[in-house]
Amino acid sequence: MAHKPAKVMIRRHSGVTRITHWLNVLAVSLLLMSGLQIFNAHPALYWGAASTFAEPWVSMKKVEVGGEPRGITTVGDLRFDTTGLFGWSGAEGAREQRGFPAWATIPSYRSLADGRRWHFFFAWLFVINGLVYWLWGLARGHVARDLLPTRDQLRPHDLLHEIGEHARLRFPKGEAARTYNVIQKLTYLLVIVVLLPLMVATGLSMSPGFNATLPGLIDLFGGRQSARTIHFLSAAAIVVFVAVHLALVVVSGFWNNIRSMVTGRYAIETSGGAEGDRA
Amino acid sequence: MSLDRRRWLAGAGASLAGLWLAGCDRLVANSTFNGMLKVAEKWTLRAQRLVTDRNALAREFGPADISDDFKANGTLRPRDPEYAALLAENFASYRLEVGGLVEQPLSLTLAEVRAAPSRTQITRHDCVEGWSSIGKWKGARLSALLDRAKLKPEARYIVFHCADTLDPSATDGAGKYYESIDRIDAYHPQTILAYQMNDATLPIRHGYPLRLRVERQLGYKHAKYVMRIEAVASLDGIGRGQGGFWPDRGYEWYAGI
Repeated sequence: MAHKPAKVMIRRHSGVTRITHWLNVLAVSLLLMSGLQIFNAHPALYWGAASTFAEPWVSMKKVEVGGEPRGITTVGDLRFDTTGLFGWSGAEGAREQRGFPAWATIPSYRSLADGRRWHFFFAWLFVINGLVYWLWGLARGHVARDLLPTRDQLRPHDLLHEIGEHARLRFPKGEAARTYNVIQKLTYLLVIVVLLPLMVATGLSMSPGFNATLPGLIDLFGGRQSARTIHFLSAAAIVVFVAVHLALVVVSGFWNNIRSMVTGRYAIETSGGAEGDRA
Repeated sequence: MSLDRRRWLAGAGASLAGLWLAGCDRLVANSTFNGMLKVAEKWTLRAQRLVTDRNALAREFGPADISDDFKANGTLRPRDPEYAALLAENFASYRLEVGGLVEQPLSLTLAEVRAAPSRTQITRHDCVEGWSSIGKWKGARLSALLDRAKLKPEARYIVFHCADTLDPSATDGAGKYYESIDRIDAYHPQTILAYQMNDATLPIRHGYPLRLRVERQLGYKHAKYVMRIEAVASLDGIGRGQGGFWPDRGYEWYAGI
């Protein structure tokens, strides 16, 4: 007997996942914006232990071009005119020299002391929240059950198929939507296991006090200026992740996704008959 | 979900984004919120004290690592008349005063400071702005000077009074540079009053004649143009009471992160 597709509500995210997710959104957003304020105090990046001021591998500054100030961003040997965005920004007539523009920093005006105060406060929230998520996730099996890919999911053929489906913006439906697909699992693991802890480790490596505590950590990153560079690159990777994550949240059923991360309830379409678990 | 509700939510989302940007600036100016943020500074200090051996040494580098472009910040050449007068006579009448809570106040010529027990170290200087430079420093060990002056037990902090006025606009007399460290950092083996940088006389832009080196802390703790050392029980009443020129202006006193 054929059944019509039916909507079944399942419980997708636990309370701990939801609360830590939104606290992380708050902490990471404020860390990013206060971090850009700190970056603006010296808008250049280097590799190694010390700065090589004449040869930053990234820099944003105001340069006079033909008697007119322009915002110039350099990356290696490449040179871009980024007037209005990086190096020289602000309303016409009130432009100022700054790495990232006012709308991207906390506070909007230049204040390294305030930026640092915000950064180190929300770093505590970020770390404590992350530890709660991690410890709970390991203890209650969330990581093993929901995030580790199954052996089947990792077969090259299945991986390629999943990538192809994502590229066409076709997402798992029905029973297959009950669990994370392999791309979701690998991406979330990359963020949770690699990028977010990397932010903490490279951040601590920039502390001259902590260097004396654990000299091996800064060596791992190749010196303090390398640690600063990796801190910046890792933050950039998180921004890219968030952009893609948000885009996929929108195209794969915006309200369903948002509801599941707020209330925990997620709707899947089944061929009927299946029971929603704990819905 | 109805269309109205969706529209309402979308509108609310856009309003929230606007409020977020304006709200953050308001919070920066809000003293209660700032007080809350400052609590975290105490946690950070305590956490660092908890995990760090106070006597642990800062990394020392080899001669090949020395930066040939060591950056100078803050005052590059003091305009204060007292300093200019000393410079004109090659610091012949300069005396490093060591006083406050000591039993035997000292008044040392530069030659006497140079003759005191010394230490040479190649260390990384980390500016709060984010850049780093590596330099070689030779200077008098602060611990030996404090021992000679017989530091009193009630002395908790060592204050470094400098020759340079970094903020001439300060009307409360707090425009002069100064810094302070606690007793433990004062007796740390790498804490020295440097008179040589990279095997040459300390350049003026780096603090001639004497510059504090207190490794494991950010650049602004390394006070330049040191004139007077004062042992005190409390930092109240000095500058704006926060223990240093930059701490008076919102930066952390302990400067370990």
